[in-house]
Amino acid sequence: MTTIVLYGEIPMSGEVVSRSMMKSELIELMARKQNHLAYKDVELAVKSLLEQMSEALATGDRIEIRGFGSFSLHFRPPRAGRNPKTGDAVSLPGKYVPHFKPGKELRERVNETLKNT
Amino acid sequence: MALTKADMAERLFDELGLNKREAKELVELFFEEVREALEDTYNVKLSGFGNFTLRDKTQRPGRNPKTGQEIPICARRVVTFRPGQKLKQRVEAYAGSQQ
Repeated sequence: MTTIVLYGEIPMSGEVVSRSMMKSELIELMARKQNHLAYKDVELAVKSLLEQMSEALATGDRIEIRGFGSFSLHFRPPRAGRNPKTGDAVSLPGKYVPHFKPGKELRERVNETLKNT
Repeated sequence: MALTKADMAERLFDELGLNKREAKELVELFFEEVREALEDTYNVKLSGFGNFTLRDKTQRPGRNPKTGQEIPICARRVVTFRPGQKLKQRVEAYAGSQQ
């Protein structure tokens, strides 16, 4: 990878790196490896994949990718909160949030890098 | 029902007119590139969807739940996913429709 994106943002505790690969760089890398396809097609494909994944979660479906991980929804029960401006008590309804569980291969490959540092 | 790589490839075939082999390869490549970036210690930021972030966990005491025997849990590097604002909102909208 040639492009290194250094972010000005403050890393959260325990965060290992502040460099990131953005969507456009991912598309770039994929297009280079699939040079029989037009860049535009790879771009559309990546956008479609992310849309399909968002759509699945938005309709309550899980996503299962062997060796990568699974995405599912976790329920957060209703709770009492406060309006930070007025201090008034408000009841916050329960909601679903997306959750990712890394698969075995991803877990192992990422953890392996710790040993090499 | 769960979304799988096969479903995703099928839709690339339907939507983009890629042939089935190309569609399958692209789906495979997409997940492999994300894994490789994480393996090369890059966080991965997919705007509109979410960020995959690497975190180091320090060693901590643990226990074998079966035997109760104490064994330390070694320092590890893990991937966490933080959904983006757009995805969170779409998922919350689903929650709303269930109530």
